[in-house]
Amino acid sequence: MGIQRGSIYALVAIGFNMIYNSTGIINFAQGEFVVLGGLMMVTLTMNLSLSMPFAFLLSVLFVTIVGFLMERLTINPVREPTVLRLIIITIAVSILLKGLAMCIWGKGSLYMRQFTQTGPIEFFGATIMPQTLWIIGILAAVVSAYILFFNFTLTGKCMRACSINRDSARLCGINDRLMVMLSFALSAGIGAVAGIIITPIIQMDYGRGALLGLKGFGAAVLGGLGNSGGAVVAGLLIGILEAMSGGYISSHYMDAIALIVMLFVLFVRPGGIFGKSEEIRLKEF
Amino acid sequence: MLRLVNVNSNYGLVHVLKNVSLHVGKGEVVTIIGANGAGKTTTLRAISGLQPVAEGQIYLDGKDITGIAAQKLVAMGVAHVPEGRQIFAPMSVHDNLELGGLQVYRRFGRKQLKCEIESMFERFEVLRDRQNQYAGTLSGGEQQMLALAMALMSRPRLLLLDEPSMGLAPLIVKEIFRIIEELQSENGLTVLLIEQNANAALKISDRGYVLETGRIVLEADAEKLLSNPEVKRAYLGREQREIWE
Ligand SMILES: Nc1ncnc2c1ncn2[C@@H]1O[C@H](COP(=O)(O)OP(=O)(O)OP(=O)(O)O)[C@@H](O)[C@H]1O
Ligand SMILES: [Mg+2]
Repeated sequence: MGIQRGSIYALVAIGFNMIYNSTGIINFAQGEFVVLGGLMMVTLTMNLSLSMPFAFLLSVLFVTIVGFLMERLTINPVREPTVLRLIIITIAVSILLKGLAMCIWGKGSLYMRQFTQTGPIEFFGATIMPQTLWIIGILAAVVSAYILFFNFTLTGKCMRACSINRDSARLCGINDRLMVMLSFALSAGIGAVAGIIITPIIQMDYGRGALLGLKGFGAAVLGGLGNSGGAVVAGLLIGILEAMSGGYISSHYMDAIALIVMLFVLFVRPGGIFGKSEEIRLKEF
Repeated sequence: MLRLVNVNSNYGLVHVLKNVSLHVGKGEVVTIIGANGAGKTTTLRAISGLQPVAEGQIYLDGKDITGIAAQKLVAMGVAHVPEGRQIFAPMSVHDNLELGGLQVYRRFGRKQLKCEIESMFERFEVLRDRQNQYAGTLSGGEQQMLALAMALMSRPRLLLLDEPSMGLAPLIVKEIFRIIEELQSENGLTVLLIEQNANAALKISDRGYVLETGRIVLEADAEKLLSNPEVKRAYLGREQREIWE
């Protein structure tokens, strides 16, 4: 149970990091990408009865385009971008997306069947839902793709270069604005993946973005902002902590306990578990 | 080749460049000397498109390039090695060179990029041995070599160098100046150089400018500047003592 949610927080945190690395801002619409991915998947599979893989690709593509449009229409035209201005814009966009999702998909939570219809699997005495395996597998795939992209493709290296030193990157001929756009599109895509794989378990509704986003943000901060390896570990950690507190203390306090632990860690290590404290800086856009 | 006409630039309300005019002919090496905070770095940043120009024009080969973004100017043959070895420290030396050669990749593809990196390794042998190391782990001199190599990877016609000898041992400074001279004589590269080490810089230059609080106050051939008493007093401290002795 914990690992499922934890994987989602990890994916959301990776999305936060991507945009943070390219712009220095926190994208408050990240949770909405997750919701849109999930809702779109429900429509495509349950209402239009498309096959799972095809619906998966289409949903990710749809949300990627939403991320792309968000950057082009709301971030790129800003004349004098400051961190505060951009953050406020992302909050506005999140409210807008939430409203749109409510208009399109309604207020109720939508059911979606699991990816595969086999029953629970016995695994060393524990029973595991097949969906859990899907979630873990897809998290692993996304993380691998992420590592390959940023270390072995020239576009990925350009994006990293841009986040390391913007001026130097521009002097190499890298279009920094294009990299910002790419980071929005990619992190929207990753958010969509998170939403799609969790929907069969939690049932998606339009209003879930805020809490998912918040916990993902917690994971990002806990892992050290901008550090995606840390984000994955921290995301899983928060998920497991949550599940344990739900089991041992009370499921009423489940949401709170993870956040309290996160606050506590930040008091002790402001840079996150894996971050260096010197690295807590707000980048200029 | 490069011409600045009454260029003005400011950081917020601070007026840093005041009617800076200068020119650099094809194949020339030109040095700008000036005290700390005179605006040398700002001048180079304005030329390479990193710093907005408030007033005035910059021409490259007669074409007005004022306000063209830095990432586009690279494709037009302007390479800028910024102050303080701005390499991508958490990336490998090889990756740094690859990024420097982005222009080559865009125009001629991956194969040509490989060739280009190989030829860079021939010029800078140290970098070949370190190619898989993180750039941040290189010594200061090696980092400066890397920064220079990255700029050269874009096959520039005009090279802007901002204090390449800053904080380096005399031997490496010598090596860097040797490479600049070599590039200029072999490839006909045009170089605009900024140096605190005015003596060494003027020795390899054709002409020089003196920048004082954002204004060009003097322009002359390099030899004339080297023997100019005013310049000697302000920027070539050591020579002054020799005269007194
Ligand atoms: N980012 C900035 N914001 C505000 N003022 C700046 C900024 N960068 C430089 N300045 C100011 O502009 C003036 C010129 O700076 P510049 O860096 O061009 O000098 P410089 O001649 O390169 O000096 P140095 O020899 O120390 O490198 C200085 O007075 C400096 O304080
Ligand atoms: Mg300077």
